[in-house]
Amino acid sequence: MIEYALNFGFFALSLAVLLNLWRLLRGPTLMDRVLAVDTMVINVIALIILFGIQQRTTIFFEAALLFAMFGFISTVAYCRFVLRGDVIE
Amino acid sequence: MLELAVSVLIVLGGLFALVGSIGMVKLPDLLTRLHAPTKATTLGVGGALAASMVFFAGFEGSLSIHEVLITAFLFLTAPISAHFIAKAHLHEHVELREGLPPTGRPQGWSTFESLPDPSADEDGDGDDARAAHH
Repeated sequence: MIEYALNFGFFALSLAVLLNLWRLLRGPTLMDRVLAVDTMVINVIALIILFGIQQRTTIFFEAALLFAMFGFISTVAYCRFVLRGDVIE
Repeated sequence: MLELAVSVLIVLGGLFALVGSIGMVKLPDLLTRLHAPTKATTLGVGGALAASMVFFAGFEGSLSIHEVLITAFLFLTAPISAHFIAKAHLHEHVELREGLPPTGRPQGWSTFESLPDPSADEDGDGDDARAAHH
């Protein structure tokens, strides 16, 4: 039963990443693209977690945590760059 | 029973993530588009993490707090990044400033105006700040 649920989860999350990719390529504004990348990172974290359940291993949690941190930091850095013209003042 | 719980959590997580991403494609402009990923997708990843927690606690016998750590981090950072994106969007698009509602305070929106000088306001009710801005 978990196998079927995992297949559905992989399908739904892959479709979600493709929709994010469409928004990333389409735009139309700069912040739309930043938002698309931010959402894509969150979806990829969910994919990594589901892959960890499928493989029955916990070693992917560190990867998920790193993705979460880098996604947040890159979003904030880009927004700061747009707001202030500089990342670290 | 545990298997059912894990399956339901995985399906719910996948559905929420999908709904959030569909909302980001369908909604008309950025400020409405911000709603979909920051709420639905965060709940979706929360569902996947809860499923993982139940799975490893029930089937592998190892209760780990990694999931709690990732969930807490995502739930803390999602509103912050959404706030930053909205602020940068308003900063980029000057024409959106006229559509903002009044703040109900002497000073305007903090995105566009600097804080009022506290030393200029002697009686402390913000009258001088209002006079300075209008």
